[in-house]
Amino acid sequence: MSTATAIVKPVMPEKHFLNDNYGIRSWLLTKDHKRIAILYLFSISFFFLLGGMFAVLIRLHLLTPNGELFEADTYNKLFTMHGVNMVFFFLIPSVPAVLGNFLVPIMVGTKDLAFPKINLLSWYLYIAGGTFSMAAMVSGGVDSGWTFYAPLSSGYLKTHVIMLAVGVIIAGFSSIFTGLNFIVTVHRMRAPGMTWGRLPLFIWSNYAASLIMILGTPVIAITLILLALERGFHIGIFDPKLGGDPVLFQHMFWFYSHPAVYIMILPGMGVISEIVPCFSRKRVFGYSFVAFSSVAIAVFGFVVWAHHMFVAGISVYSALVFSLLSYAVAIPSAVKVFNWTATMYKGSIEMSTPMLYAMGFIGLFTIGGLTGLFLAALGLDIHVHDTYFVIAHFHYVMVGGMVTAYLGGLHFWWPKITGRMYPEAPAKLAALITFIGFNLTFFPQFILGYLGMPRRYWAYPPEFQVLNVLSTAGASVLAVGFLLPALYFAWSLKYGEVAGDNPWQATGLEWETSSPPPTHNFHQIPIVTKDPYAYGEDAEVTVVN
Amino acid sequence: MSTSQTTTTEHHPALAHQFDSMEQQQEASTFGMWVFLLTEIMMFGGLFTAYLIYRLKYYPAFVAGSTSISVSWGFANTLVLIASSFTMAMTVWAAQNGRRKTQVWLLLATMVLGAAFLGVKAKEYYDKWDECHIPGHVIGKGFNAWGGCSATNKSLGNIAEEIRDPKEHGNPNVTEVSAEQTAKQTEIFFSFYFAMTGLHAFHMVIGLGLLAWLLIRAKSGEFGPAYYTPIELGGLYWHFVDIVWIFLFPLLYLISRHQHGV
Amino acid sequence: MAGQVDALYLFLVLITTFFSLLIAILILFFAIKYRRTPERQAQQIHGSTLLEIVWTVIPLGISMVIFVWGAVIYYHMERPPSNPLEIYGVGKQWMWKFQHPGGQREINTLHVPTGRDVKVTLISQDVIHSFFVPAFRVKQDVLPNRYVFTWFKATETGTYHLFCSQYCGTKHSGMVGQVVVMTPEDYATWLASGKAEGSLASLGEKAFQQYGCTTCHRPDSGARGPNLEGVYGRPVRLTDNRVVLADDNYIRESILEPNAKVVSGFQSIMPTFRGVVSEDEIIAITEYIKHLSPQQANPLNNRTSPEEIRDSEVPNIQQQNRQEKEQPAQQTPQGTRPANPSGKKP
Repeated sequence: MSTATAIVKPVMPEKHFLNDNYGIRSWLLTKDHKRIAILYLFSISFFFLLGGMFAVLIRLHLLTPNGELFEADTYNKLFTMHGVNMVFFFLIPSVPAVLGNFLVPIMVGTKDLAFPKINLLSWYLYIAGGTFSMAAMVSGGVDSGWTFYAPLSSGYLKTHVIMLAVGVIIAGFSSIFTGLNFIVTVHRMRAPGMTWGRLPLFIWSNYAASLIMILGTPVIAITLILLALERGFHIGIFDPKLGGDPVLFQHMFWFYSHPAVYIMILPGMGVISEIVPCFSRKRVFGYSFVAFSSVAIAVFGFVVWAHHMFVAGISVYSALVFSLLSYAVAIPSAVKVFNWTATMYKGSIEMSTPMLYAMGFIGLFTIGGLTGLFLAALGLDIHVHDTYFVIAHFHYVMVGGMVTAYLGGLHFWWPKITGRMYPEAPAKLAALITFIGFNLTFFPQFILGYLGMPRRYWAYPPEFQVLNVLSTAGASVLAVGFLLPALYFAWSLKYGEVAGDNPWQATGLEWETSSPPPTHNFHQIPIVTKDPYAYGEDAEVTVVN
Repeated sequence: MSTSQTTTTEHHPALAHQFDSMEQQQEASTFGMWVFLLTEIMMFGGLFTAYLIYRLKYYPAFVAGSTSISVSWGFANTLVLIASSFTMAMTVWAAQNGRRKTQVWLLLATMVLGAAFLGVKAKEYYDKWDECHIPGHVIGKGFNAWGGCSATNKSLGNIAEEIRDPKEHGNPNVTEVSAEQTAKQTEIFFSFYFAMTGLHAFHMVIGLGLLAWLLIRAKSGEFGPAYYTPIELGGLYWHFVDIVWIFLFPLLYLISRHQHGV
Repeated sequence: MAGQVDALYLFLVLITTFFSLLIAILILFFAIKYRRTPERQAQQIHGSTLLEIVWTVIPLGISMVIFVWGAVIYYHMERPPSNPLEIYGVGKQWMWKFQHPGGQREINTLHVPTGRDVKVTLISQDVIHSFFVPAFRVKQDVLPNRYVFTWFKATETGTYHLFCSQYCGTKHSGMVGQVVVMTPEDYATWLASGKAEGSLASLGEKAFQQYGCTTCHRPDSGARGPNLEGVYGRPVRLTDNRVVLADDNYIRESILEPNAKVVSGFQSIMPTFRGVVSEDEIIAITEYIKHLSPQQANPLNNRTSPEEIRDSEVPNIQQQNRQEKEQPAQQTPQGTRPANPSGKKP
């Protein structure tokens, strides 16, 4: 807490990373991790909008049971493009590429990431991958599902599967290079005094996610390359007609795609670990347990992939092993939830917008995570697999969890990135609207799933209509909740209150430099002497200009 | 409390702005290259795993496939690559010791050996095209395992004949295979052959590009005892590509190779 | 079985509700009780190892209960019932075709009786589909080139949804149908009234003759193919001394890839029927071959390891031994194939 008694109105720093250099070349050829983070912010928002548009069309179509809005082929393309854009071009990069790129060097106390040019390359690879995905879209769309199962994708579809697969492969390399950069930076570039035990939990989470990025992503690359070869050259790897095994595709695909969901959620959890202590004015309860839980999730995440394949024709014994391990991976996440809750105990709590998003995350992630237990239970999974229950589960953890955390993080660090505060009242309203819209959209889907409505259905039996209408109604509310931040964030760039270095009075090296930070992050490299989250009367957050 | 770190007044021209010292830059860069190579291991690993699964599933056909590719050329390539790794390692030594001319010659030697490897691979691919062993029916003359389509080269069908009777050749694991079955399953062998060696060759080509770039810089005297990190990184990459081949060669050419192969 | 699935579901709903409410109430309660006021000082608490252990062990314990419960249900569902009503199903883009043992065929509808275990053996003609009957809580992905099965015992009459639940292309959501559950009497009536072309097994017999299988697969000693009487469900010794079980998959493989597993004592001269025989016909032929087996329970079926099987118990060895007494070893173009010496231990 500042020891000054008079409140001085903060002013924007004269020179910072945004005004250091002007012109399109200074942005497109930048090596500054903060500018690259902004480049990602724009591109990711674009793909989120695109994926969101597809979602709107899907929900509109599902208002009626007889498939009246779109043709079946069109509908199949809608859910494919929704899935591909959201998973590969929004969820995987979002927190690491936007918030991570911006914050990781500053939080560890250094001038930039280890490999700034590779960081820029990451962004260009992302754009290249996105271009292929868009090309697949405009040349008619692809209807394979984001899961590209063989032999459907390799031998039966007439759409541009390879084009889309190439886009995903290239975006995968973007992810690999981001992860590589983070790992080397955290290992080799910490400021003096910044031991592993003093790292913010945001760093621990992104580090764990980066481990998954570098180890898992190459496998999806080779899987899709093999799929593309099979489709292009008519060789048999996964197609039984040519001697191949379709279940092998599923093993290889899920070997990446399951850990991928932990790439998505771990950085989000990192955001929550920063927000909750700040707005409770308390150190995180059980810091080491939270830190090691991140690594445990990353490790366990690699050994549970076949829980997506319980009814796919794997052996009973395989299924038993994967079910058991899937329960193991749930435990570290539960530990984190309990630790965050305990952090709030006897704190001094401010219900700011980031805190609202964090609390929303904790509640919704708990529901989403617990519904994962339903899916891990073998006998029950037989019934709910490939139904709307699964869709509800992953939207709870991905949207109720990950997107909520991303929005919370954007609000928390917006003043640091732009130097301006967003307007609090519209922000709180948006948070509330999002929360209500989200639950209204996806809770009915749990019920739909248990009643038996399968996934990816263009038309459905009429008795499922009421729940579908409820879900679409919720989606319209949710859409508003997501659009509002775009509006008021843009507004705040010109009219928002100047934030000053540390509007939240938070701990962490990023708050010890100006808002926005200078291009080299610090005027003087800090030497770290205190524990992270040193809130409380004995802690001093000095503000260095 | 924050205090500033003393900054050295002079720093090496190759020191990038994000690093504090040449030592940090060198450590971070080599660590980064190791992490990258780890990702490459995962990619090749996925491919190798799929190959091994099919090898177990279609054992006789894969034996026939392995037998039909030239172990002489494969062995020659292995020697070529090991030699190139040697010249590459010597390049790093030369750079560490400030020998500019030696670096340049050794880099050139590495590139020549790498090109020789690719040349041999091209010959092997040509042979496969000639024998109608290219899988699928998009490239080349279409897959034809049984009859083969080159009079001078042994066809898979002949090999299948030879391994038909397990008792005669002492291998108790090989069950009888019909020609038709051999054909389909061997096509899968060749799919993996081309995917694995193709991915490897692709990495070799990139490696040659990297070496060319290093060559230009080495010629201008950029590398010496104070700064040779790029050469070291190039060395790591090149050695990795070599090691992948060391795995490829036995997996594709050697395991269970039938004695009467070419 | 469905009831057990629902019981587990209810338990999980209770757990989820309990913990979600617990966390939600706690964070809301803390947010209000400890809300920021000018006087409030947060109390810095590092953590509590004991608490960490408690809230690791308790969720782990609950998880293990759920795991075991789910595993037990699953295990029971994966074991095929004894003496079921056998139905065959073929999934193709975009319809289901079912065959009853009596030869009755249905498209997208499946009639079954109550109170009887029904085992549906499924295969796909193209991509991966999935056979899903929500009311019975059963689901099974249907794969190309490989038989899978699921089973259920319907307890109440009625009409229930059948869905394809693995995305399979354009009309994935059109690949729906009904399972019509009838009383045993009504089912018998339905069976009799249907336009059955003869029982499935008799259809198989016709195909067996039509494709010339009888040319080689005969019971006499000069037959060039193994006698198929009594072979279904029995162990079979192959030329490389492996012993495999003659089940549905083996019979199908023998029709499509005849030289993959050649029976010991025979040459690999059977041509492949891939592209000649349809999946439906394979199913019918399999049913016919099943009918060539004696109906009584075979103690061999319970053996799990080939070492437990003596030569004298393996039918084709007996036939081969008979053959040897009557003829010398056959000369083959590739070289002599010695006959298995009789009385050899496995």
